Amino acid sequence: MAIWLNADSKIIVQGMTGGEGTKHTRRMLASGAKVVGGVNARKAGTVHEGLPVFGTVAEAISSTGADVSVVFVPPAFTKDAVKEAIDAEIPLCVVITEGVPVHDTTEFWAYAVAKGNKTRIIGPNCPGIASPGASNAGIIPADITTPGRIGLVSKSGTLTYQLMYELRDIGFSTAVGIGGDPVIGTTHIDALQAFQDDPGTDAIVMIGEIGGDAEERAAAYIEQHVTKPVVAYVAGFTAPEGKTMGHAGAIVSGSAGTAQAKKEALEKVGVRVGKTPSETARLMREVMQSR
Amino acid sequence: MDLFEHQAKELFAEYGIPVPRGIVAHTAEEARAAAEQLTGKVVVKAQVKTGGRGKAGGVKVADDAEDAYQKATQILGMDIKGHTVHKVLIEEASQIAEEYYFSFLLDRANRTFLAICSASGGMDIEEVAHTAPEKVAKVPVSSLEGIDRATAREIAQAGGLPPQSLDGAAELIEKLWAVFVDEDASLVEVNPMILSADGQVKALDGKVTLDENANFRQTEHLAYVDKAAEDPLESKAKEKHLNYVKLDGSVGIIGNGAGLVMSTLDVVAYAGEGYAGQPKPANFLDIGGGASAEVMANGLEIILSDPSVKSVFVNVFGGITACDAVANGIVSAFQLLEGRGEAVTRPLVVRLDGNNAALGRQILADAGLPGVELVDTMDDAAQRAAELAAVGA
Repeated sequence: MAIWLNADSKIIVQGMTGGEGTKHTRRMLASGAKVVGGVNARKAGTVHEGLPVFGTVAEAISSTGADVSVVFVPPAFTKDAVKEAIDAEIPLCVVITEGVPVHDTTEFWAYAVAKGNKTRIIGPNCPGIASPGASNAGIIPADITTPGRIGLVSKSGTLTYQLMYELRDIGFSTAVGIGGDPVIGTTHIDALQAFQDDPGTDAIVMIGEIGGDAEERAAAYIEQHVTKPVVAYVAGFTAPEGKTMGHAGAIVSGSAGTAQAKKEALEKVGVRVGKTPSETARLMREVMQSR
Repeated sequence: MDLFEHQAKELFAEYGIPVPRGIVAHTAEEARAAAEQLTGKVVVKAQVKTGGRGKAGGVKVADDAEDAYQKATQILGMDIKGHTVHKVLIEEASQIAEEYYFSFLLDRANRTFLAICSASGGMDIEEVAHTAPEKVAKVPVSSLEGIDRATAREIAQAGGLPPQSLDGAAELIEKLWAVFVDEDASLVEVNPMILSADGQVKALDGKVTLDENANFRQTEHLAYVDKAAEDPLESKAKEKHLNYVKLDGSVGIIGNGAGLVMSTLDVVAYAGEGYAGQPKPANFLDIGGGASAEVMANGLEIILSDPSVKSVFVNVFGGITACDAVANGIVSAFQLLEGRGEAVTRPLVVRLDGNNAALGRQILADAGLPGVELVDTMDDAAQRAAELAAVGA
């Protein structure tokens, strides 16, 4: 079992014919994910990487039955690509593109809401979602872990890989990289809720970082709604105030968005917070072994 | 990227927002000349990208040009919360009848924009928001709907502005929305927005934060980059398209992925607590997914040109990139740097994990690079890097 992405998921790639799109389409196919086509209005009707290229998301859906879209188009075109996916009512749209202006993300989010939230958006600026052994939509390396019963939600790509790798003997139901931008589609809370409801997930790892208050809100949600054990990690204790640390959303503004505040909020509701990624993996190992 | 007040006001003026006449001065002499040109009473305002400058003594009223010279002499060179004042804005003094607060900002939590408006503007707005939140209106603004004159007026009304200010405020708010959207800002703030004695609503101050992700379509924003205030290493890194932030410690850090690098800084800082002088991270440097030899060489070059760096910690998790490629990158980087006459002489602790980690470690072991140590785990490698920095200090 998994959340949002399973062995039956049929994936299309928006921007498949570009460099990143091509590279990661190949990787997704190699990992066994069912990639069924791509979208590029200027190359409609051609074949790329052995897959049909469609003019629109709607055409791709009607021809292939696709239910997941992965977006690799450049930042200038991301807003229109996501709005097209929303118009076509694809159930899941995973936006990998980094560097999308926040006005564009805010607009396509508002558009998704106005259209009745029929499309779940993950990202932008994220590594995507992987359900090991079943499917892989995005750029998460498929071969660093195994199927299992841990759920993972993270703002950071590489820390996701690190944890997936350290806990590869126990394995994961689904790992979701939600991205490090100030405005994102799927949040920690959305993933916590889905993992709580997923019979295939026994425990949850949550990775956060400085900026905003998503972790604090996740803590409040956990206290109210999550009965499965949650282990967390927060990055950025040593980040100076007012400096953006790699991710557009990773910034401490005044006293807001600090790692310390996030850690305290999580610990207050009983979440064990690891001091390092490896300690976090050890805490999760203890949780899984005590079951 | 934050703008200086004078830049924000110049931008406001382009959008037809009423602002006081003002002239930027970098010296006291320029301040005097500016005051002579403006005539009458002027305000001398420190140009720094931080709040609370009024309370810090960075804003002073001057009666005439000579007084402006004196006040500018006092303010130029001042330190306000770590920001040195390099320029002042000389502005005609306004006759203030009332002070309001207004801003548009990004509401991360609700994934929308927010208009904040209050009739209780001025230096104590944060205090007001804390003690009397009912006096501060917070109105969500949808990207899709935006702001027209009528909604702008409703917001001004919700903020408690008096009837005689509503028309002027509505016009100003509508134009500020145009600034916010057309310039790809994540914040525009006017505090105070004033009602002048002659009944005009004006922006007496301005704060604007621009979204650097939008630079591809806001090419003129590059002119706002404050090169003088930028750390020289940060400027150099930016030229090489490296994601680098200078910090004040002695352990140079290179990693892949923003989250992993942030985490590396933390782990090094914890490790440093156990050693003499408590070594801390010297920088943030994310070399991204690729980690080619050239990127690795450029990264090492930047870090090693920081004289406070005593040891370097290369922390890579091979996800998309395999560790053998990263190891080859490090070997080539050493050769590249030696070729540039900048042979690596400070110790380098390398942790490789993930895809092809064993192969990567073997490549480094075989290369026998001077001063390079391989450590298996991130926590142990951080310990070793901190220890080496303590010894090297």
